[in-house]
Parts: sequence; C-alpha cells; structure tokens
Amino acid sequence: MDNMAGQKTSLSIVTNLSVILLVILWLIPTVGLLVSSFRSNEQISASGWWASMFPVEEAIRISPEPEGVTRDGEMFVLSGNLFGEGSGTVSGFGIASTDPGAAEPGQVYARFNVDVTEPDGEVDNARVEVAYDAEAQATIPTEDEDGNPVVAGTAMLDRSLQVARNGDFTYVSDSEITRAPSVYITTMQPPQFSLQNYQTIMASDNMDRAFINTLTVTIPATIIPILIAAFAAYALAWMDFAGRGFLIAMVVGLLVVPLQLALVPLLQLHNRVGIGQSFLGIWLAHTGFGLPLAVYLLRNYMVGLPRDIIESAKVDGATDFQVFTKIVLPLSFPALASFAIFQFLWTWNDLLIAKVFLPSNSESWVMTVKIADDLLGSRGGDWGILAAAAFISIAVPLVVFFAMQKYLVRGLLAGSVK
Amino acid sequence: MSPMLQGIITIFVGVGGCIAYFYGSNLILDRVIFPPRNDDHGRNINRATLVRPWLFLFPAIFALGLYLVYPVVGSFVRSLYNRSGNTFIGLGNYTQMFSEEGFRTALFNNILWALVVPAGATFLGLLAAQLTDKLRWGNIAKSLIFMPMAISFVGASLIWKFVYANDPDIGIINAVRDTIGMGPVDPLQIPFWNNFFLMIILIWIQTGFAMVILSAALRGIPEETIEAAIIDGANPFQIFFKIKVPQIMGTIVVVWTTITILVLKVFDIVYAMTGGNFDTEILPSYMMDYMFRDDGRATAVAFVIMIIVLPVMVWNIRQARREMR
Repeated sequence: MDNMAGQKTSLSIVTNLSVILLVILWLIPTVGLLVSSFRSNEQISASGWWASMFPVEEAIRISPEPEGVTRDGEMFVLSGNLFGEGSGTVSGFGIASTDPGAAEPGQVYARFNVDVTEPDGEVDNARVEVAYDAEAQATIPTEDEDGNPVVAGTAMLDRSLQVARNGDFTYVSDSEITRAPSVYITTMQPPQFSLQNYQTIMASDNMDRAFINTLTVTIPATIIPILIAAFAAYALAWMDFAGRGFLIAMVVGLLVVPLQLALVPLLQLHNRVGIGQSFLGIWLAHTGFGLPLAVYLLRNYMVGLPRDIIESAKVDGATDFQVFTKIVLPLSFPALASFAIFQFLWTWNDLLIAKVFLPSNSESWVMTVKIADDLLGSRGGDWGILAAAAFISIAVPLVVFFAMQKYLVRGLLAGSVK
Repeated sequence: MSPMLQGIITIFVGVGGCIAYFYGSNLILDRVIFPPRNDDHGRNINRATLVRPWLFLFPAIFALGLYLVYPVVGSFVRSLYNRSGNTFIGLGNYTQMFSEEGFRTALFNNILWALVVPAGATFLGLLAAQLTDKLRWGNIAKSLIFMPMAISFVGASLIWKFVYANDPDIGIINAVRDTIGMGPVDPLQIPFWNNFFLMIILIWIQTGFAMVILSAALRGIPEETIEAAIIDGANPFQIFFKIKVPQIMGTIVVVWTTITILVLKVFDIVYAMTGGNFDTEILPSYMMDYMFRDDGRATAVAFVIMIIVLPVMVWNIRQARREMR
C-alpha cells in the first residue's frame, strides 16, 4: 500500500505540473496582448513583451538646433548636448537611420569622400564611413562598400560626429550648417507602461464611437428575445396542445441552421420593407437568430420545475398567464441569466451579422468591424494601437464572463443536446 | 436620431410591445372572445385553453419562421438564379463553383477544419477536465482555460497575430526560433500548414467549452464503477480510458458535433488573419467574398454549408425526440 501512496504523490505532481503548463499556454497569448497594449510602438519593436520588464535599447533621431556654429579652418563645427535640458545615457550613435548604433560613445564616426577605381578602370567618387577612437586617427578602408579599391590619399572629410556617453556631441561638417543635422543615437530606455495607446485609439480613431455602437447593438438584441422566448418556452414546457413535439423538434433543428443562409434573403427582405441596413435591422436579426437557443434553454429549464407548484396554482384558479408571470418566470431566473449572457457575448462579439445588417459607413461600425475592416489595414504595423483596440473590445465580455461564469456554465450544460 | 437613443426607444417599444401583446391578447381571449360566463362557461374555458398556447407561441414562431425557416428556402431559390437575380440558371451556380479551384480549396480546407478543430478541442478539453478534476485549484485553472470563450473571434485573431508575428521581437514563436538560431518565418504563409495555425486559434477558444461540459460529465460518473476498478487493480490510465471515457461517450459526441457545427459558421478568423490569402480560404469566408457582389454564388455557398450541417441536424432532432419520450 505504501507503494500505491507513493505513486499517488508522483501522479499528483505530474498532474499539477501539466495543469500549470496548460494554463500558462492558454494565458500567454492574452497576456501578450495586454502587456503590449501598454507599451509604445518603439518599445514593442525593440523587445518582446516577455522582456518588457527590462530596459530596452531604442534608436532615436535627434536634430540639434544649429546654434553657436563655430569655424575650424575649412570645417564648420556644432557642439552641445543631445539631450538638451534632459539627461540620458547614449549606448551608440550614428549618422544614418539604417545604422543608428554604428559607433560607440567616445568614438568618432566620420564620413569621407574618396575616389575609387571601378572594375572597368574608371575612377569615381564614393563615400566611406569609419568609426574610430577620438584620440586615434581615422583609418581609411582600402575598399568601399561595393568592394572597389579606394585610391590612396584622396579621402576628404565630409562630416563627422563625436558623441560622449552623457550626450555631449561635436558635429563637424565641410559645408555650412544652416539646417539642423540628423543625428541618431541608441539609448537604453527603462521599461515604460502608459495609457497612451488607449488615448490615441479613443481620441483619433473613433473607437469610442464603435464602442457605443456595439453597446447599442447589444443591449436591445439581448433583452428582446428573452421575453418572446420565455413565453414560447412556457407553452412548450407546460401547455398541452397538438404539434408540441413537432415544434420542439423544429427548435432543435433550427439551433444548427448556418446563419450564412439567412444573410441574403433577409437583407433583401429588409430592403423591401424599408428597414434596409440599420440598427433596427440588426436588432431584429439578432432577435431571430438568438431565439432557437433561448427557447431551447428556457424550455429545458422550465420543464424541470416542480410539477406540484404549478398544478396547485392552477387548481387554485390561476390562469396560465398568471402561472407564467408569478411562478415560472421568477423561478427561471438562472436560465434567463444564462441565456442573457450567451446572447450578450454572442452579439457583442459578432462580426458576420454586423457586417451584413449594419450600414458599411464608419459612423455605424461596431468594434469588431472597426478592428477587422479598418484598423488591421490602416494601423497594420501599429502593434500598440491594435493591442489597445483589441483589449477595449474584449474587456467588457471578460468582465461579464468572470462575474457571471456560474450562469454561463449552467447554460452551457443545459444547452448542449444530450 | 442618435443610434443610442434609438436603441433605448427600441428597448421600450420592444419590451413594452411584448408585454402589451402577451397581456392584452390573454385578456381579450378571456374577457371578450371566450368569456367563462353564462351557459358556455365550461366550453369557453376549454376553447380558451386550446387557443392560448398559440398566443404564447405566436411571436416566437413568427420570428423563427421569418428569420430562420424562410431564409433556408429563400436562399435555395436565390441560389438557382444568376448574379443579378433575374435569370433562372438551375444548378448553374453550383456547377460553376465546383469547377473552380478556389471553391475546391475552400471546401477541402473546411473539411480539414471540421476534422481537426473538433478533435483538437475535444481532446484538449477532455484532458483539461480530467487533470483539473481532483485539483485543489482546479476551478481557477478551468476558469482561465475557459476564458477565451468570452473573447470575440476578431479579438482572438488579433491576440494570435501577436503570437505569429513575423518578427522575433513581437511574435513569441519567432522569438523561440531566434534563440535556437533559426531564421524568422511567417506561420501564416507556410503553404498548407498555415491552415493549422489558423485552426489553433479556434481550438484555443473552444477547448474551454469542451472542458466545461466534459468535466460535468466526468463528475456524473457513478463513484462505484471507479471504486470497483481501483479494487480490481486498474491503474489511473486504465481507469480513465476504460472506465471513464466509455461512460461519457455520449457527451463526447455532443461536444464534438457542437464544435463541428460552429466550425462551419466561423468566418471571422480567416477573414481577420489572412483574408483568405495563401490558400487558407474556408467556405464561410469564401461566401463573404461573394456577399454583396454575387448573391447567386453567395447563397449557393451557404446552401453547401447547410447540406454539410444537415446530418448533424437530423441526428440532433432524433436525439431530442428520444429524450422527450
């Protein structure tokens, strides 16, 4: 028996570990989105969200004002501090955006005009860039980028930049410095988290409008089917009439009808009767599409209510209408809540119906349409903005989910055809 | 009028209308049409009892008929006409469609989806249900695995865009590849396998659903059968596969078919992730390509989906009828 007990512990360790692994796997994608939504685009593209707690090296372009330019022989010299009033630590610098960290602080980064011999023997102008220690002399490479030999002794300084770790810089140019030169530095930035993305998406991208539209679609589309379905469910559960079995079978069958079938005929119908693509149209559509599940869920629940209560009420002279409103409806609250959550999540998260039954102008976009049809295109590379938009759209369902999980689970268990 | 205001009015009109209809129609039935008075007393009550169910049912039947039954017929009829809807072309849309490479790809991919996603979600759901069953923090774990159910397919697609991003500083897959010295890839552009990367998103969403239902089924298994197996010396794996799984087979089938039906409806993931490019089209997304452009073709695709769903529908109805008896 000792042996058995030992097996049990090792099995439970394995179980615990596997569940931890499973949960982590399941959470990683969402956590990634959440973390990314608080980071700036620069930070997102500089390091993964999993490294967001650590400083990241970011490349920045700085254009120091050309004030206080002095002359040194043929050359013009501009010096100062790149951070201006602020402070920072330079980890690398350069003069081209393609290689912002070409040189280390303390070095000089210089660009020379040289003559090179091309393969056909012709001599042409080219540029070479070198980084060298400030105390040392620049060593002109023997070949340029294309591999053509440099003609010795032809190097003329075009511009050079020297940046110290604290941001002090000296910029030397062979032409007069009238415009602010572009200087690139890389600097270690501490992790930054802000609500900037949320502000941007709400203020400039009409996401607030889409949020309100989603809310506008969702609430009537959740409330209206409940009432209609509750009465029908009561009739199917507690009233005797010919054709009841057929109607129940019908509801079960309609549960799985693909909505795709409904799109074209109903849109045509809406256009014919003058509803067209409108909020009214989408409320009606969601009501119709939500009914089978509503009737099915509520009937299954109502059928399970104790027969005695209902029959004794009828014996006491209560009409069906009274039995329904005074007894069955209050007792069915858990089922009503289950369906309400389902319908809420479904209408909030829906893309298909919104695309078809709502007008396709940006004024009426709900959040799913906004993200799928607009942001993924226009903000394609703006990962921070996309993450913030996605999180705005999933925040409300997540709150509802965690707050009302009990009812959701109950509804799922009652709703799957057993 | 702002949609918000319109919404509030609709709630009042809708809810008020419903209440007024149900209350009013019952009142009229009892007081005006068949009043339980005079010598007709008994007969009138009986008549009212005959009519009342239909008063209760009418709005639901009307809405279901208009929004779900009529479209099945309407879509089929429309699919027999050409693009502009004025010429009857019989099965022309269908034959045309089946002769096109694009549709066949979508159909093939959809069959893949319908096989892989239910299998994956049910298997992982069963695994999660069994593993969390006796765990002290099992409910928290379940709730976290269940969470993606609340997230829209569009939201989930965006979440996974981050995972799949073709940049080792954004996409975690490419970050892992980067650390072991492999170059970045775009999972969504790898021919054939990109379909599976899209399916993973739906499996991620649906595993929670499968887990919740199967977990309840596992709890419903009579303790005695398991105890008997333990006394007979069965190991945990034998208990799971030979005692538990056969007893919840019915529920497994239900979960499997429910997810299969869902797979045939979901167009959002493909639409948001690849837009159907790189040979990832499935029937629902293929249909949306034609929606608003060629209604004949769109309804024909929808009807093909309906035909695929039909066996499940018939099976569901038979199950429901058996249960009612």
